[in-house]
Amino acid sequence: MTNVLINVPRTARKGEVIELKALIMHPMETGFRPGTNGTIIPRNIIERFVATWNGAEIFSMDFSPAVAANPFVSFFAVAEESGTIAFRWTGDEGFEAEESVAIDVA
Amino acid sequence: MAARTTRRAFIAGAAVVSVLPVAAARATPATMAAAIEEVTGGKPVREGRVTLDVPPLVENGNAVPLTVSVESPMNEGDHVRAVHVFNEKNPQPHVFHARLGPRNGKAQVATRIKLGDSQRIVAIAETSQGEFFSAGADVIVTLAACLEDLT
Repeated sequence: MTNVLINVPRTARKGEVIELKALIMHPMETGFRPGTNGTIIPRNIIERFVATWNGAEIFSMDFSPAVAANPFVSFFAVAEESGTIAFRWTGDEGFEAEESVAIDVA
Repeated sequence: MAARTTRRAFIAGAAVVSVLPVAAARATPATMAAAIEEVTGGKPVREGRVTLDVPPLVENGNAVPLTVSVESPMNEGDHVRAVHVFNEKNPQPHVFHARLGPRNGKAQVATRIKLGDSQRIVAIAETSQGEFFSAGADVIVTLAACLEDLT
């Protein structure tokens, strides 16, 4: 169900600052909109996004309902060591998704 | 028996009734200021060092690209610890709170946000020295977000 798009360079030079981009499919329902039958659609958003590099947290972000549907996040990181970069999203209604990519740092 | 409603009193009352529910359902510049204060803890916020890149005129408020970049060496001693973004007129003043560190190398965060009306957006950067810098941008929105279920 969860569809994730990650854009991270496969290789990087040591010390290089690389851009990491992550997009996940999610409605990000605000909890303020009435549905077709007039009642408010309950809130259903991703609350937190965390990126880790070989287990160490490098970036995190708390979302509010004002983040657009299918949240896209772009940020930067210094390439220090080869390994895996993991992206994790958690949110309402027990939502959890995780995706990781491998990176080669030479 | 002076309880007769004058026309003037009635009009004034009707105006209050019609304005109140709208005002209550939205964030206002005051609630945004309160939300900013919650983050800064009352410390002074200075203009500068932060660049808030958002289109001045957007057609669709459902997905507005927004980039916040902060001038910072991003080393152990001097880096941006957090980036917060606030709005004035969405139902809630918060947009997002990002946590950064020296591992980021470059203090820049981009995402896409929803805007319910034409309004001012404010980005606040918190440095490792406990200083706060801000930048603001006015955005005109043609089609607002959060109005109806289009699905």
